[in-house]
Amino acid sequence: MEVLKIATAGSVDDGKSTLIGRLLYDTKSLTDDKLEAIERTSKQKGYDYLDFSLATDGLVAEREQGITIDVAHIYFSTATKSYIIADTPGHVEYTRNMVTGASTSQAAIILIDARKGVIEQTNRHFFINNLLRIKDVIVAINKMDLVNFSEDAYNDIKADFEELMGKRDYQDQKITFIPVSALKGDNVVNRSQNMDWYTGQTLLEHLEELDLQDIYNVGTPRFPVQYVIRPKTEEFHDFRGFAGKVYGGELSVGDEVVVLPSMTRSKIKAIYFYDTEYQTAPRRSSVTITLEDEVNVSRGDMLVKVGDLPIIDKQLTATISWMDSNQLTVGGKYVLQHGVNKTLAKVDAIDHKIHPDYSGIEENVSSLNMNDIAKVRLRLNKPIFYDRFKEHRTNGSFIIIDSRTNHTAGVGFIE
Amino acid sequence: MSTLAEEIKNPFTLTAPERPNANALEHEAIYILREVAAQFERPVLLFSGGKDSITLVRLAQKAFWPAKIPFPLMHIDTGHNFPETIEFRDKLVEELGVELIVRNVQDSIDQGKVVEETGKYASRNILQTTTLLDAIEEFKFDACIGGARRDEEKARAKERIFSVRDDFGQWDEKNQRPELFDMLNGQIEMGQNVRVFPISNWTELDVWSYIQKENIEIPSIYFAHKRNTFLRDGLIWSAEDGVVFRAEDEKVEERIVRFRTVGDMSCTAAVESYADTIDKVVSEIRDSKISERGARIDDKRSEAAMEKRKQQGYF
Repeated sequence: MEVLKIATAGSVDDGKSTLIGRLLYDTKSLTDDKLEAIERTSKQKGYDYLDFSLATDGLVAEREQGITIDVAHIYFSTATKSYIIADTPGHVEYTRNMVTGASTSQAAIILIDARKGVIEQTNRHFFINNLLRIKDVIVAINKMDLVNFSEDAYNDIKADFEELMGKRDYQDQKITFIPVSALKGDNVVNRSQNMDWYTGQTLLEHLEELDLQDIYNVGTPRFPVQYVIRPKTEEFHDFRGFAGKVYGGELSVGDEVVVLPSMTRSKIKAIYFYDTEYQTAPRRSSVTITLEDEVNVSRGDMLVKVGDLPIIDKQLTATISWMDSNQLTVGGKYVLQHGVNKTLAKVDAIDHKIHPDYSGIEENVSSLNMNDIAKVRLRLNKPIFYDRFKEHRTNGSFIIIDSRTNHTAGVGFIE
Repeated sequence: MSTLAEEIKNPFTLTAPERPNANALEHEAIYILREVAAQFERPVLLFSGGKDSITLVRLAQKAFWPAKIPFPLMHIDTGHNFPETIEFRDKLVEELGVELIVRNVQDSIDQGKVVEETGKYASRNILQTTTLLDAIEEFKFDACIGGARRDEEKARAKERIFSVRDDFGQWDEKNQRPELFDMLNGQIEMGQNVRVFPISNWTELDVWSYIQKENIEIPSIYFAHKRNTFLRDGLIWSAEDGVVFRAEDEKVEERIVRFRTVGDMSCTAAVESYADTIDKVVSEIRDSKISERGARIDDKRSEAAMEKRKQQGYF
């Protein structure tokens, strides 16, 4: 079954949890005991409707404050697809969670409250989905029931959002507008009886038709070596298998490859998945590769096809989203983890901070706080083998680890 | 030759011989297990004998073939296990040729570290935590691989794939590390350990379909069988006097049942079912209207039951 992961973004009270609850309810994904729990708690609270947000808001603190504070994952499936929804919080201070949820998603839903229209938060949500180069974005204009299902209200919001689209960096992003009422169930799974003027798809119809082949970004094949398998048994005495996941393209037996950083050339001898040999390792498969020649390969090395070399450099410029309560400072030293490869990095300069609400940039910055986004220049203690994020989502990104706390302090998208 | 898109759509039917299957969840889990072996010095796979940990063992076999699984299995034994599960465990370990460590909750009770619960809902499920934390310290494990899934329960939905626990085994859910793309950060301080959940993104149905497709052997209690049972709070309990408390007015009756989840006997309810083969189990789950943890009494203690246990170090 196809698996589609969707990031959701909305401000507090935009009804994000209700929308997800509605999706689960109308696709009959809520089990009887869960439904009963929702009915019971809704009644206790004196609501005259079902509070679907109870289906998703997991943590006690969230239920007490009535808001979502961390990324939660929700699962449901239809006859054609398995869906994973990353429910990411929308308030300003949690930009980091939105970036996190979006990094593993192939589609995104941005919620807008029809009464409030495009607000500063909407700009941020759009900016992040665009920065992460999510291919398919759905703008769900929610609470249409509270604006009398008005076509004018919908068109005004759509026009405001289209203005925002002119400012985006990643122009190929596909954007679809859908007017919904999550609470009443209009245009989420079932077509609305209240908005004859809308002739497009419902939210679920749109998701069902997304083609996964199209939605993954295709690049050149990269094989970062995770682990070297040496069984040292009689039967497999000389076996040296390089275990890893294939990104960007596919690799086949007989392909001429270069091992980085040693630049040694060899040929793929065999591709194993468990105990079976295959001709080809497709994108995103976790396989074990053996080479024709005895080559020294260890964790963090990378196999690429001859003629398809990535950039090999000790210096790079990246857009960094900072996620830690300790500041990033110019001159600061960190561990940089690029895929499964680690190196030390020093911050040479912060070129400028980027306001994620499209209000411009800020120069002369010497440090970054949590949720800041900035263009940063880094110097590494050894070269890494990278592609630009625009060309390779996996090989063009890295995380920054603060070795004093071991926290994942930030994520970078290489220019 | 089928295209990649076709394979992703139909991983179970259209797998072309020249490529491995395109079950994205399986490839993800194998990737995670390899990261554990590469990033940690003393990993361990927590093995309960349940279907999720059995699935993990198969995934670990695949991740490291033709080498053996490069970490031991550990079972925290409540002493209230279904005997079928223990038999199964010992057989599997022998076949794999891996080390099995068993630590007993009974020992923690005897040492006075925990006190046995009493009363109608008495269970050793919570007591396991102390035994687990002691074992982690004893063996200096820095990574514990578990079969928990995000779809099981609300608080689990927020769990990371690499979830850092402090010296006391506690989970600080407000201060979790962000996990971006495929990158897993396993850097920890002395005394800390990481709980690893390779099948985080699998649903119950995904696990059952995998067991079906891979033809994985599982303990017999997962299939319909005759059992002496009694009814309480609308759930079906094993009538195992001495392990499961039963009031005098709770009448023992023989029913045809199976278990959807296998934990401690004192906290795992059965469901009435005639599904006696894996195919029947899969179709039953597909049509099922009660969520898996609905038959787990420990979660019903309160709305926030699971979250509280997790903060205290429970798996």
